[in-house]
Amino acid sequence: MIDRNDDGPILEIENLSISFFTRRREIPAVMDFSAVIRPGEALGLVGESGCGKSTVALGIMQDLGVNGRVTGGAIRFKGRDLTAMDEAGLRRIRGSEIAMIYQEPMASLNPAMTVGRQLMEVPMIHEGISRRAARARALDVIGDVRLPDPGRILDAYPHQLSGGQQQRIVIAMALMSKPALLILDEPTTALDVTVEAAVVDLVRGLGEKYGTSMLFISHNLGLVMEVCDRLCVMYSGEAVERGSIGDVFDEMRHPYTQALFRSIPLPGADKNTRPLKAIPGNFPLPHERPPGCNFGPRCDYFRPRRCDAGDIPMMTVPGNDRHGSRCLRFGEIDWNAPLPRAETQASAEIGAPVLQVEALKKYYEVAANALFGGHRRVVKANETLSFTAHEGETLAIVGESGCGKSTFAKVLMGLETATGGSILLDGAAIERLPIEKRGTDLVSSVQMVFQNPFDTLNPSMSIGRQISRALEVFRVGKTEAGRRARMLELLDLVKLPREFATRMPRQLSGGQKQRVGIARAFAGGARIVVADEPVSALDVSVQAAVTDLLMEIQRQNRTTLLFISHDLSIVRYLSDRVLVMYLGHVVEIGTTDQVFAPPYHPYTEALLSAVPIADTNVTKRHIVLEGDVPSAMNPPPGCPFQTRCRWKPQVPGDLCETELPPMRELGGGHQVKCHLAEDMLAQMEPVITLAAE
Amino acid sequence: MVPFLIRRVGLMLLTALCLTFIVFWLTNLPPNLEKLAKTQGTVRMTDAQTASWLETRGYARPLPVKYAEWLGLIPAWTYEDSYGNAAGRCIGDGIAPEDAPRRCGVLQGDWGQSSVFREPVSEIIGKRLWLTGKLMFWVLLVMVPSALLIGVLAGMREGSRLDRTLSTFSIATTATPEYVSGVILIAVFASSAVGLKWFNGTATGAMEDATFANFTLPVATIALFGMGYVARMTRAAMAEVMTAQYIRTARLKGLSFGAIVWKHALRNALIAPFTVIMLQIPWLLNGVVIVETLFNYKGFGWTLVQAASNNDVSLLLGCSVVAVVVVLLTQLISDVGYVLLNPRIRIA
Repeated sequence: MIDRNDDGPILEIENLSISFFTRRREIPAVMDFSAVIRPGEALGLVGESGCGKSTVALGIMQDLGVNGRVTGGAIRFKGRDLTAMDEAGLRRIRGSEIAMIYQEPMASLNPAMTVGRQLMEVPMIHEGISRRAARARALDVIGDVRLPDPGRILDAYPHQLSGGQQQRIVIAMALMSKPALLILDEPTTALDVTVEAAVVDLVRGLGEKYGTSMLFISHNLGLVMEVCDRLCVMYSGEAVERGSIGDVFDEMRHPYTQALFRSIPLPGADKNTRPLKAIPGNFPLPHERPPGCNFGPRCDYFRPRRCDAGDIPMMTVPGNDRHGSRCLRFGEIDWNAPLPRAETQASAEIGAPVLQVEALKKYYEVAANALFGGHRRVVKANETLSFTAHEGETLAIVGESGCGKSTFAKVLMGLETATGGSILLDGAAIERLPIEKRGTDLVSSVQMVFQNPFDTLNPSMSIGRQISRALEVFRVGKTEAGRRARMLELLDLVKLPREFATRMPRQLSGGQKQRVGIARAFAGGARIVVADEPVSALDVSVQAAVTDLLMEIQRQNRTTLLFISHDLSIVRYLSDRVLVMYLGHVVEIGTTDQVFAPPYHPYTEALLSAVPIADTNVTKRHIVLEGDVPSAMNPPPGCPFQTRCRWKPQVPGDLCETELPPMRELGGGHQVKCHLAEDMLAQMEPVITLAAE
Repeated sequence: MVPFLIRRVGLMLLTALCLTFIVFWLTNLPPNLEKLAKTQGTVRMTDAQTASWLETRGYARPLPVKYAEWLGLIPAWTYEDSYGNAAGRCIGDGIAPEDAPRRCGVLQGDWGQSSVFREPVSEIIGKRLWLTGKLMFWVLLVMVPSALLIGVLAGMREGSRLDRTLSTFSIATTATPEYVSGVILIAVFASSAVGLKWFNGTATGAMEDATFANFTLPVATIALFGMGYVARMTRAAMAEVMTAQYIRTARLKGLSFGAIVWKHALRNALIAPFTVIMLQIPWLLNGVVIVETLFNYKGFGWTLVQAASNNDVSLLLGCSVVAVVVVLLTQLISDVGYVLLNPRIRIA
């Protein structure tokens, strides 16, 4: 428990350096890192993958594996140096005084042990309490993390719970011994936005209730703003800026922080008039860091012989509360200078309809149990899906996992065939043509960019060969030389150097791999490209560049882009029209402006509220959806959203529970599938409001 | 669970049917029958004599008919020679032709007569299976716990000195065939070459009365060979589990290393080796033939070799049925055990 009279910090990290030792060399992962967390304070640690933020967390836990070692500095927890502590002492602290919450809840729970036993274990080893007392405590804590029916949950195995419930169990496990410090390592990355919002809400509430200090690790600036009091930005193993949320967000004093904010789509950004600004270049590898400032080679304010002269210490920014920056020039840079206007693009003209989807249905029959058979059940993955997509248009399909957006993509690609309804591509029906029966033209005109660029490239084939192979399949070019020339053109198109043709996928970064994926998709002059979460596996600074590339190629080729995503910020930034899906139904469709402004469908409203926005000028109404998405095997009767809808009481009678709402036209092509009366819809207030600047 | 078991038993019957038919067909190929006739009759039989020998013993008829008779689906053949002596499938020692049942096949519980041992097949198989079963029981009792122990100890700290020592040991034992390790063991522990003479070099006595002295060496020989394989599998599973995130969770909960291995890792690490152990049982059943020969222990493997080299149709068929039942039964146990170990799988 926290000693309330003790004013000293809970955690004090001083000039911490951590290295991993391989056979060939020492790889410094964290260098000269300092941070202080006071009682009840939440510190956010932000940075891209590979910047060392998780290493800091594992360093605090002293769990660096066989190769990792603290090479300098100290980690003092309540005044005791953890780096000098023996195994037994560390065991007493782990789990009881410092607890950790992990990124993937499913993987963090033992699959062969009931949730109850995993929870009860914690106080039983640390406080030696009886099984019965531990169970009582577990029931209590499960109530605290707002899980229904605690008794049943305790006897369940992890796989019987949903992702959101699993993460609540991991949180409950961390709270079992009332720790003084909670380390959260990307706790919501694997979760859907509405679940993420509920978990974040819970974490914040529990932090206040128990007075726990928190170290919150995330790559999402918006989340950090919602949870934390203070913030530390890391880049390539170093803390580059730290301070209170207000100071860092509004008076940033490091070029990397500024570049990071400019590369994320905040409200107000627009692909044509205010495009995102990607950070040029690549993240340096740990053993290839430049001399001096690590960010130097990618920095707009870089001065040779000054920024690369020697190590740069953290310097205090005068006037602010413990605000520091690791930039030599922070006093000279005009931080309020407006972003140099990038050339504005004329918005692409929307052409004739290319794709018409009419009442499309896709049902799956599944056996209840894969290994032993059992009753067959029907999963209604897509239910009466209707929309039109035009040439040169970006249509975003938005929804949480299990809403049927990927099923639709599969049917469109021909990986599955439709159960009912029709898909017309340029007037020809394709909904019942499986991919093996599609002609070359059709296959090359409907292409896909996949979510995970790491798994979609053949690891043993060179980049050039993979693109040429796509050209061969699409029968582009008559000779090998012709195809090779076209392949090099495609590399130019996706802005990869031509030398990359001979490289292997493992030599490329995530963003570069995704560019290869894009080149492949556009190789045969695609009419429609389905981009399934094309940037969600990439780092923030790379996302902007890949998104812009996709937009640019689309503009040139007048391709119809179906952009599948759950990230509403990026959807708002790049799409012309938005289609919101829930449990296989289209619940709202309209232009981006129509969907992002009231009147909303109640589900869209909740989705918008759930998206964390990294802007202190934005005020957001707080709507938390309780419960999980119902199973598509057993959807609720009537309106699919009725089980979680906060507007349901406003609809007279039991209309929502008995009848599927019709698709209603609200004017200008804006359609909503909802029973709410006109006047109720008109009363809706905007979820996001931008304070006047 | 019940429909699942019914399906499994049905599958077992079907497999047994197919396999016995194949064995039946192979043993009834003309050259094999000729060989049978010459070993049972005299080697100097003329072709005509051979043909008549086969004729009078019911071998020279269509294959499906003979197979159906073996199964007991259709009435068995009978033959009456010119002297009025009746012969037939169901007419044997002590059974008068008048009393003989019309059908006598597997369905009637009659597995036929072994031509080599001149005894009913069911008696031979029963006796030999019991002997091999005794051997297998002790082998499993020694092999499984020690293999799991070696695997878990090696896998819990991958790359440690303990791991490397145990891994080398298990690779060495698996890489040494039984006829090598058996000979070495006999030389070291049972001969005057080294002079230890702790154990007997033959296990013939163990068929009647197994003792520590006469049974240790055959058990050790098989156990050593099988152990390495299971230990390697266990080590791999354990090493993988130890890198899983939930093990890190357990570590960062403050659990001691022993508690992590015992409470969190073990059950998850045993899922994969369990299947392998169950696969070892059918292998033991047939694979022990070398050791049985080496130690002169007349078990199931030895019987199988005798039956095969003498083209003893009935005995071979009986052996193959036993083999199918054992394979599928162990797979059934393995699937059920898998469900018990892995809560993620439920039987509908």
